[in-house]
Amino acid sequence: MSLHKLTLCELQRKFTAGEVSAKEIARAYFLRIGQVEPKVKAYVTTQKEQAMVQAAAIDDSLKGWRKTQPMMAMPLAIKDNLCTEGVTTTCSSRMLQNFVPPYDATVIAKLRAQGYLLLGKTNLDEFAMGSSTENSAFGPSRNPWNLQCVPGGSSGGSAAAVAADECVAALGSDTGGSIRQPAAFCGVVGLKPTYGRVSRYGLIAFASSLDQIGPITKDVADAAFLLGVIAGHDPMDSTSADVPVPDYTKALKKKDLKKLKVGIPAEFFAEGLDPEVEQAVRAAIEELKSLGGEIKEIQLPRTDAAVAVYYVIATAEASSNLARFDGVKFGLRSKETKDLLELYTKTRQEGFGPEVKRRIMLGTYALSSGYYDAYYGKAQAVRTLIRQDFDAAFKEVDLIVTPVTPTPAFKLGEKSEDPLQMYLSDIFTISVNLAGLPAIALPCGFSRAGLPIGMQLIGRAFQEDTLLRAAYAYEQSTQWRAKKPAVR
Amino acid sequence: MIYEVVIGVEVHAQLRTKTKMFCGCGTTFGRSANSQTCPVCLGLPGTLPVINRAAVEMAVRAGLALNCTIGANNQFDRKNYFYPDLPKGYQISQYESPICEHGWIEIAVGDSKKRVKIRRAHLEEDAGKNVHETGTSGSRVDLNRAGTPLLEIVTEPDMRSADEVVAYLKGLRDILMYLDVCDGNMDEGSFRCEPNLSLRPLGQKEFGTKVELKNINSFKFVKDAVEYEIKRQTKVLSEGGKIFQETRLWNLERGETAVMRSKEEAHDYRYFPDPDLVPLKLDKEWIKGLRGSVPELPAARVSRFVREYGLPEYDAGVLTVSKGIADYFEACVTLFNQPKTVSNWVMGELTRELNLSGTEIAASPVTPERLVALLQLVEKGTVSLKVAREIFPELYRSGKTPEQIVQEKGLTQVSDEGALDKIIDEVLAKNPAQVAQFKEGKQQVLGFLVGQVMKASGGKANPGKVNELLKKKFSS
Repeated sequence: MSLHKLTLCELQRKFTAGEVSAKEIARAYFLRIGQVEPKVKAYVTTQKEQAMVQAAAIDDSLKGWRKTQPMMAMPLAIKDNLCTEGVTTTCSSRMLQNFVPPYDATVIAKLRAQGYLLLGKTNLDEFAMGSSTENSAFGPSRNPWNLQCVPGGSSGGSAAAVAADECVAALGSDTGGSIRQPAAFCGVVGLKPTYGRVSRYGLIAFASSLDQIGPITKDVADAAFLLGVIAGHDPMDSTSADVPVPDYTKALKKKDLKKLKVGIPAEFFAEGLDPEVEQAVRAAIEELKSLGGEIKEIQLPRTDAAVAVYYVIATAEASSNLARFDGVKFGLRSKETKDLLELYTKTRQEGFGPEVKRRIMLGTYALSSGYYDAYYGKAQAVRTLIRQDFDAAFKEVDLIVTPVTPTPAFKLGEKSEDPLQMYLSDIFTISVNLAGLPAIALPCGFSRAGLPIGMQLIGRAFQEDTLLRAAYAYEQSTQWRAKKPAVR
Repeated sequence: MIYEVVIGVEVHAQLRTKTKMFCGCGTTFGRSANSQTCPVCLGLPGTLPVINRAAVEMAVRAGLALNCTIGANNQFDRKNYFYPDLPKGYQISQYESPICEHGWIEIAVGDSKKRVKIRRAHLEEDAGKNVHETGTSGSRVDLNRAGTPLLEIVTEPDMRSADEVVAYLKGLRDILMYLDVCDGNMDEGSFRCEPNLSLRPLGQKEFGTKVELKNINSFKFVKDAVEYEIKRQTKVLSEGGKIFQETRLWNLERGETAVMRSKEEAHDYRYFPDPDLVPLKLDKEWIKGLRGSVPELPAARVSRFVREYGLPEYDAGVLTVSKGIADYFEACVTLFNQPKTVSNWVMGELTRELNLSGTEIAASPVTPERLVALLQLVEKGTVSLKVAREIFPELYRSGKTPEQIVQEKGLTQVSDEGALDKIIDEVLAKNPAQVAQFKEGKQQVLGFLVGQVMKASGGKANPGKVNELLKKKFSS
């Protein structure tokens, strides 16, 4: 039985029905990891022994009667910027190479309480800064569809692990597209929830006003299922919203887009968009129409400012968020420094990679006295305008459809020497974070070279259910998900 | 040239919340290093702050007592700098929108009153402490204090002398202690003051260059440091020198200030709104409710004590030095309506015993009820005032009631005429010369005779009664 090919919902049904044991699940996944991980390199650390012990404990405690929790025995991969008590959490940085958190992130605590299986921690661009996982201190992950290509980033390890069946589902984090872009590159489903929908407590912060944790899954139903588990208000996170969590799987019942207005923003189909991607997304829009959606042209005029605004705000917040990595209390400490200043400078010199340093410098500059108004102040003002663009658009439509990325997955090394080119690969995802909205990326075709192409649906704040309904209807009316990567 | 000194003051007052500003850790002083910490106040990656409602409440109550307007929309900001005792590499503070603004308090300057304007008071978290132990290599960091809530209170440059600064600080400390929002302990750093001062030629409008003073932990040092700094700056300026904008530390041993850092070395704190905290909106009705809970402040209580209880200004001042003493006094007066008598006892015997044992009045073993019971024994004539004073230390230490002590020691005053007559007759028999003198009209001798009767009774005779009986004997 190829357990690793099942979706989360399928595996969950089998386990609840008593058709498979937790031990069988764990064994199957570690077998699969053993086969493909040397090629994909999705994980920073795997937790085989602990997962086997946990699986045995679950089987023992059940002893035949199947009163289970939804996530019990479900084998997940967790992005390595989410704190897991007792398990190294590195952010793919030398700075935290040996950091073992003494506490669980809120999302992890929820999963742990239900008895999930932690298979391992997945690779990312250092501190989630990047779009290819090439910025990892521990080497890049590979795209299971073409090992010469990047899996995207920063949640590249999580997306690659899901695509290569190295886990049943994964958690990622999305600051400017870090769930959706790798999901699109790897041909899986990635959901960035509304800002405040999921607690950020225990997510090692990159940019606090943009970061959001979300599921990366094999299909839309799994995304709905997993979002329901991790969403909700958390008293430990003041920015988490006290908004009731609906049963997202109920949203999947309609299987059409009737009475939904779907907006197409011209600004997202402009120059720089790969013709194959455009074709695939346009075809998907036609499919949405045939499912009952009313298609409408809309404007999001400030789209061209999004990347600039993002790289001021995100780096400003990052420069402050990463100040705590100073060699004093946790993480790396440079050896044999002669005084405090040297302790700081050498630790940060040795601990951070070039992209992290670049962003800390950018952000520090943007907040400096004399420059604050021109950069940070201005960026916040334009951020408000971008949000207002979306507010206006959502008065006319219920959903917005765009490509996820300008191109399919690019080759390793292709953009790593040119940060600006790399930054532009998030051009379609960034404004969603600036506006705090939910968005889902799902497969909508393949390039001639056989690489997946993704479509993005953007929704109103806290209307993940509408997103999931439309995404599910589209997914069920197409066959993209049937195709699996060969991993070779 | 005559110079005018211009002084403003920054105070960091630790708020007496049970838990820290942004996490659930305790705030008790003096616990073993790093025992009062958690992932949040250690600044571990991934942790987030949550505002302590009690701290906000205390800040608002303090602001109302300081006649401030309370900001409806509160933003918290990050103040970024590196230091080992600062776990996150930034301090959460308030920069653009302090919780309290535009207040004032009144201080006494000589015989007149003066208002010192409060520019702002804002909430922030305290840092930890770096510990440098001799004989060990390197330094250690204790983060027990990290995250303790502080109210930073900043005045306008309204003060003109060291005495005004001390009067302001004492007034402010009294108010905060009255509100029970700060314990006022300067040794433990619960109330830290940093004056800043500049000189300008008398009559000039523009301010001179400002120097900030740090490391001052008593009112006496405030006075010393400010006076030293006035002298230093006067000397520099009158010799044609220049004052540099800098921070100076008060050196207690040397009795002088020395440069800690210059303006050029000042940090660029890169303040920006903390994205981890949503703006805190304060409800008008909630603020109104807190306004009702602000107790009567020291200045108002002094005037009321004079007006209502007919106390001398001096007594009223001493009794209102702390809320605890004033409350104690009023508790006694409601049970025993002789305010001046109560005042004498509280300022005298009780304060002496409290000082001897280093006890706060709230924890006094002699409760208002016990003290009043003793005063009533004097009032009824059961014991003399002298005996009452003598037994007070025992009353304070033994935990017994005044009645018990009086009974056990057989100190009950003798007022029985038969018993007193007997003693008086004996005394008169022993002192024929004095009796003769009295009969010749020497009235003063009566006092001597009363004294002799008291002595013979072992101090237990009721002196009023003795007086009365003696007079009766001579007139008959």
